[in-house]
Amino acid sequence: MTKWIIGAVSAAALLAPFGAAAEGTIKIGVLAALDGVFATGAQDGVKNIELAIMENKGMAGGKKIEFVVAPTDTTPDTTIRQARKLIEQDQVDFIIGPLSGSEGLAMRDYSKTIPDKTVINGVSGALETTFVDPSPNFFRFNLDGAQMGAGLGTYVVEEKGWKKVATIAADYAFGYTNFMGFAVDFCKAGGEIVERYWIPLGSGDFGGVIAALPDDVDAIYLGVGGTDAINFLNQYEQAGGETNLIGGSIMADQTVLTSKGRAKEALAGTPSSGLMADENTDPAWLAYVKRYQEAFPESERLPSPSLFGVGYYLATKAALQALDEIGGDLSDGQKKFHAALSELKLESPVGLITLNENRQAIGPVFINEVVEGPNGDLENKFIKRIDGVTQTLGLSREEFDEKVGLPSRDVVNCEALQPAG
Amino acid sequence: MQGFAARHPFWALVIIVVAAALIWLVFAPWPDALEDLIGRKKVFLNAVIGGITLGALYFLVAAGFTLIFGLMRNVNLAHGSLYLVGGYLGFEVAEATGLWLLAFPVVFVIVGAFGLLLQNQVFRRMEGEELRQTMVTIGISVVMADLMLWIWGAQSYTLITPEWIAGPATLPIISAVKSNGELVYLKFPAVRVAIFFAALVIGVAMWLVLNRTRLGMLVRAGVDDRDMLQASGVRIQYVFLAVFAFGAGLAGMGGIVGGTFQSLTPGEDTRYLLASLVVVIVGGMGSIPGAAIGALIIGLSEQIGVVYAPTYSVVFTFLIMAVVLAFRPQGLLGARL
Repeated sequence: MTKWIIGAVSAAALLAPFGAAAEGTIKIGVLAALDGVFATGAQDGVKNIELAIMENKGMAGGKKIEFVVAPTDTTPDTTIRQARKLIEQDQVDFIIGPLSGSEGLAMRDYSKTIPDKTVINGVSGALETTFVDPSPNFFRFNLDGAQMGAGLGTYVVEEKGWKKVATIAADYAFGYTNFMGFAVDFCKAGGEIVERYWIPLGSGDFGGVIAALPDDVDAIYLGVGGTDAINFLNQYEQAGGETNLIGGSIMADQTVLTSKGRAKEALAGTPSSGLMADENTDPAWLAYVKRYQEAFPESERLPSPSLFGVGYYLATKAALQALDEIGGDLSDGQKKFHAALSELKLESPVGLITLNENRQAIGPVFINEVVEGPNGDLENKFIKRIDGVTQTLGLSREEFDEKVGLPSRDVVNCEALQPAG
Repeated sequence: MQGFAARHPFWALVIIVVAAALIWLVFAPWPDALEDLIGRKKVFLNAVIGGITLGALYFLVAAGFTLIFGLMRNVNLAHGSLYLVGGYLGFEVAEATGLWLLAFPVVFVIVGAFGLLLQNQVFRRMEGEELRQTMVTIGISVVMADLMLWIWGAQSYTLITPEWIAGPATLPIISAVKSNGELVYLKFPAVRVAIFFAALVIGVAMWLVLNRTRLGMLVRAGVDDRDMLQASGVRIQYVFLAVFAFGAGLAGMGGIVGGTFQSLTPGEDTRYLLASLVVVIVGGMGSIPGAAIGALIIGLSEQIGVVYAPTYSVVFTFLIMAVVLAFRPQGLLGARL
């Protein structure tokens, strides 16, 4: 319901100054999971779309840009219903979204039924979305969940010396995929995964799982996000847990770091990886954060853009840049738009992003570590950036199919990847 | 109770055997064969005690819900909003004063007063029109959800536990025996133990009030036959007000508890409304002991499910509800309607 208001208000805010939709407008439909565990992230996503459009002065390819928000709740059926509403009722030209893994898979299949339209992924990260049976009009400018996990395994083995871990991750597409990226890398570097736990999204109470964690491990990998992460950390601390933590890509995000209360304190010193770093010193990133902070009053935004926000920002930037290149020409079943998106070289605040033959991003991954900032807030300290991470995590497609396979609970065969001897 | 054993000797025996087995599982050190079969005892104990404490939270929220339904035949679908608003207010009070305990009475009074207002200004005007009341409560919950999003935003809030119950406590239950014969006692978050006892005290107090006082007598009479009670000259509106305020206040306090060992975010209101509905359906509409048993069953099934069968844990709750509805539609302890 909140979604209604947000949707209506943002639509009204955009429509008001320009009057009713006219010939020279391009209408974007936005799918954002404004209900459920990722509500904060989705809100930030919508803010970042606004920011990207503002940066382009509300225009692209000589046409006015409008957007309509359709709220979802992370379930595929709601997402499809809302996407239909956007296409059929609101008559949008293309869709930006969705946010979570299984929604992305549903949208890949839905996009095949609307070949004359375009879907640009928001921030959903399931590997299969662009890896298996990809859809010709589905584009993804953010790294998938497995790519985001790459590099972290090597880092914890080599720099931290944590070689034996237990893992807890969310029991859904993104959870498997993000875990896989970490696990492939971790095992290649010689690490050992003692035990794996999978927990349903939104379980709320983790007491039993926390107790089941083995005592003799170097660290615990935590592949959960949003309120699940906060609940876990809170309960982990109450149970007196003291082992090192390794964060999945949505664990040490702004959503968790800005939560109110003591839960997040357990996170200090936790390395994680993702498609961004808060303390990135790249001028392009700093300029982006500044624009973000200036665009919205402090009470309405996060201290700096979240991972979800960055994902939606990249998608919108890519769309606007492609529209500029083709002069806003969406005729002929949007063929020119599709071609422009496929060829796009996106110079983004996080670095260069290009697409592969599956219309999946090849781009940089950042390794971060949570530290306490000067004013007591927790921040992600930037450790290093790994450029040009591919969808097969540096393996060839054959090697990937043979040794890794598609994400599922027990897919990464750690022993096959460990270095011989 | 004595009648039960006489009437159903077989079931009484089954219950006694199951209870004995549970007590043995909890207190005796486990033989190795059993540990090989279902894992370490520590894990099992944590799941069970975690489930009981989660059940305590569900009980706090659902008790008010079931009481209001039982007496007024009013399905208050804004109950989850009362939970969430209580949690947020509790956070503000605890943050401003630094006193976690103070949040409880303050929230109880504020949310209770809000409940009074709801009953007096909204529900009284549509007495007996059940469908209309249900629709209005949905409306109220939507408005409240938006107001809360406006005031507190979409971040997560967790209440900070005071020092004296932060961290783990050692329970007098043996979780393992070391090879040198030393006993290892179970460690469990102190705050959850405290909350369990608080729920126990509240539950017993409610039972005493309902069964031993004049007000309780009025409430019970009202649950059984509201019209007759009214006809005998009782000012039933006052009873309604008291019950509604108490139920609302309890839900508000539930919000503080939930904010302490889970977290507060938009959406939690519907989650707890759903949990209360399931608890009340399983336990029986309008019955306090029913709410306690329902809450315990749901809490245990969630926790044990998430540890031993994570894939299916989401389903267990609804499976239990479906089974209860199929074989005992009035709920485990519900009166036949």
